[in-house]
Amino acid sequence: MINSSEKRPYLMDNIRNFSIIAHIDHGKSTLADRLIQYAGVVDDRNFQDQILDNMDIERERGITIKSQAISLPYRGKDGSAYTLNLIDTPGHVDFTYEVSRSLASCEGVLLLIDAAQGVQAQTLANLYLAMEHDLAVIPVINKIDLPSADVERVIEQIDSELGLDPDTHLKCSAKEGTGIEEILEAIIERIPPPKGDPEAPLAALIFDAKYDSFRGTVIHCRIFAGTVKAGDIIRLVYNNATYRVEEVGHFLLQRQKRESLSAGDVGYIIAGVKTVSDVRTGDTITLENRPCAKPLPGFKEVKPVVFASIYPIASDDYENLADSLDKFKLNDASFIYEKDSSAALGQGFRCGFLGLLHLDIVQERLEREYDLSIILSVPSVRYRFTLKDGTVIFVDNPAHYPEPMSIIKSEEPYIRAAMMLPERYLGAVMKLCMEKRGVNSTLNYPNPGRAELSYEMPLAEVIFDFYDRFKSVTQGYGSFDYDLIDYRESSLALLDILVNGEKVDALSQIVHRERARARGLQACERLKEEIPRQMFKIAIQGAIGGEIISRSTISAFRKDVIAKCYGGDITRKRKLLEKQKKGKKRMKMIGNVSIPQSAFLAVLKSDTE
Amino acid sequence: MRKSVSGRGSGKILSGERDSAAGRGANASPEETGLPGLYIHIPFCLRKCGYCSFYSVTDLTQIPAFLEALRREIAFCRFDGTTFDTLYIGGGTPSVLAAAQLQGLLADIRSAFTLTPDAEITVEANPADINGGLLTALRDSGVNRLNIGVQSLDDGLLAFLERRHERSQALFAVADARAAGFDHIGLDLIHGVPGQTLASWFATLREAIALNPDHLSCYQLTLEDGTPLAERCRRGEAVLPDEALQSDFFLRTSEMLEDSGYIHYEVSNFARPGAESRHNRKYWRHTPYIGLGPAAHSFSGRERRWNRRSLDAYLRDLAAGRRPVEASELLTEEQLRLEALFLGFRTRRGIHLEQFKSRYGQDLLAEKAEILKKLTEEGLVEIRDGFLRPTRTGMAVADSLALI
Repeated sequence: MINSSEKRPYLMDNIRNFSIIAHIDHGKSTLADRLIQYAGVVDDRNFQDQILDNMDIERERGITIKSQAISLPYRGKDGSAYTLNLIDTPGHVDFTYEVSRSLASCEGVLLLIDAAQGVQAQTLANLYLAMEHDLAVIPVINKIDLPSADVERVIEQIDSELGLDPDTHLKCSAKEGTGIEEILEAIIERIPPPKGDPEAPLAALIFDAKYDSFRGTVIHCRIFAGTVKAGDIIRLVYNNATYRVEEVGHFLLQRQKRESLSAGDVGYIIAGVKTVSDVRTGDTITLENRPCAKPLPGFKEVKPVVFASIYPIASDDYENLADSLDKFKLNDASFIYEKDSSAALGQGFRCGFLGLLHLDIVQERLEREYDLSIILSVPSVRYRFTLKDGTVIFVDNPAHYPEPMSIIKSEEPYIRAAMMLPERYLGAVMKLCMEKRGVNSTLNYPNPGRAELSYEMPLAEVIFDFYDRFKSVTQGYGSFDYDLIDYRESSLALLDILVNGEKVDALSQIVHRERARARGLQACERLKEEIPRQMFKIAIQGAIGGEIISRSTISAFRKDVIAKCYGGDITRKRKLLEKQKKGKKRMKMIGNVSIPQSAFLAVLKSDTE
Repeated sequence: MRKSVSGRGSGKILSGERDSAAGRGANASPEETGLPGLYIHIPFCLRKCGYCSFYSVTDLTQIPAFLEALRREIAFCRFDGTTFDTLYIGGGTPSVLAAAQLQGLLADIRSAFTLTPDAEITVEANPADINGGLLTALRDSGVNRLNIGVQSLDDGLLAFLERRHERSQALFAVADARAAGFDHIGLDLIHGVPGQTLASWFATLREAIALNPDHLSCYQLTLEDGTPLAERCRRGEAVLPDEALQSDFFLRTSEMLEDSGYIHYEVSNFARPGAESRHNRKYWRHTPYIGLGPAAHSFSGRERRWNRRSLDAYLRDLAAGRRPVEASELLTEEQLRLEALFLGFRTRRGIHLEQFKSRYGQDLLAEKAEILKKLTEEGLVEIRDGFLRPTRTGMAVADSLALI
């Protein structure tokens, strides 16, 4: 244990930048807690479990959404003082880019494997990612305390399934706190110190940004070259914006100011940057008066690809929604929005998301943190249309679908999907990709038994349930990432949904013409399942340009009333009604039909097992 | 008929609350007195029927103790000047009391409370208990309505329901009641029983009509948690009719009875014109009432209160000099409004739109125009003479109507 106020030289040789990667629930967060505890950053009294996972939602889903970093001061067995920078990483394909920037900031990783469960799908997927970044890998077998632990088997898997030297493994029980010191020593010994010239022009990689209501945007970065301190004028390479540095520092449990950050360090910069949207993950920070020659590699402009409109269920909640979106955006740069309105759902906002998981999370956070009852319209990707008069427009909102007669060319975005999976699932995956209109596939085998498959597919086919189905057919072992490539000509149509003869604009979708009838049927079937029966019959129809192409009917219920209603029954009955009214509040009344939020998203689900 | 000048039940109701907004009942009509009703719960049965969840015990040796405790409870509630215009003795099975005990009970009530001269006084009875002696005692005590728990005229079904009487007893009971001078006879019947066909039900109904009661309560069997029948259904030993069949039972019953001159005035209640239960009507119109006995409910116009649902606890409390109240709830305006709405939709009379608007500040016609139009088109409600009322098919879904 070290007194953290001790002055410590931040020599590059004594720095280690690392991350912990693992399959879900293999103990990443618990191990992080132990390392933090052991390194003396927190004493037991102040300890709060899994402090890196700040948000309840993240905890619930077992995923980490935003990168966090913490500097652990540690005195090694050799007596020297080290700084171990632990960078936490998000873990879902919607955020792969963020993961890659976090890993790019490290020199090594701890690959955590549950002793009872053994090597799992994400163990492999994460390892591949780490290898792509040329990181040192230390396999750590966790949960050795479990009665079902089979350490020998895992050691064998490290060899056969991961292709790593099994003799390099470590054992620990994060829960019980055993093996922690060995891990810290291994980090010192086996993860190389960072390299870089502190005198060179500044080049810092942004791997995260957070909004602090007192200080503005706090930029999390890894310094690769040069030095930065308060008073410097920095420049963000992406848009050449310049700022004056107010403060630099690193993270213990809270931010801690330092005089300067140099090559090898992981820390933060506060520079009067107003919002997180002004900062881009993966961008390079350099000095205005002495810029670096080239930006750091790997920068990608992360653009939203899925769009949906958000409406308050009660129209007088509009102001609350507007305020909440404002606040929300402060900490989520990838979330964009603008005003929108729907005939069916009223005033709302059109929002852009990185993917469906992102959409899911935003929705949940808005409902939970801001206590809003909201409805989202059917999500859509952004299409491109060339019109007769020569204008080219981008449309992601079905309400803005151009007049069919005026369209010369319709195009949809295509992606290249890069998938890695055990060979045995190849057939099922290829079938899935073809179903999703995949073309131009490539296939190779980087290792025996491991297949690397890529396909070009329309983003629209991929964005909705592709990931879930992919995970399902590969039993979780497949990893999937994608990049936007280009727009390609496609035959499109606007599918409208009518409920009791009334078009519900929020349920409209832009679809591929050949799939229109199938999608229409799907939509009608899903809605039949999602919309509860009401006192009158509900007719659901799918239509393209006025022609009905699919339908389903929800029959009316004809008997619901309880027989007796005397003195004692009234209270009971009223309580039941109060409960039902609450449930109804979460539904939107369109025409006279109560439609639950789930219906809007369910419309997109295909007929899967 | 005595009318209360101020439109309020005179005197104090329920521990002295004087409630200006209540008393008349928000849904009351001009011809009603607005006076409160009195309910007495007799928590004894010879045997428990498999479907019933009303509170009762089978240990009849406790009857004297109960009657003693009831006298004490009456003493608690006795207020000078409170006048009731209905008295309803239910249970359990009031008719397991001896004739003398019932007479004594009625005498106690009359001495403690004021009943209007033309008060409606109802007693419930099991067909097997009805005999000349009981009937005479009731008539002498001023009981003017007899409600007979017939349930079915099919012996097989009576056995399934675990009733302790047979059809012949029910038929004799009605005849005896008429002979004893009861002009107002009501029969309780149950339909929608597992295994019961529409045909067998209508046979029972036709026979019941032929007995010429001036009131019929036709209850669709409801499974109540904790009853033996609910348990049997849960185990799959008995299956309730599906929704379509339930709807058939309900609608065709209404048709048959209305064709025979009865008015379907509440979801489960039918009566010849003028023979509606004035007591039960109070429940549906937010008119106050006092309930005495274990598990009995009371309503002050703003507060609901209910007694201990246990004879032992009831006896204990009163022995210790305490009111045997289990709990109470003070209703908010919103809760009263919701009640007025769902209670209104359960009755053919419906909701008086102007009264509802002035009492609760909600203009249903304006605020719910769209859905009301749809419901009218679908034949579930109608608006007539200032009332929003359910149709026959509307009453079948009355609980959902209240959610508009």
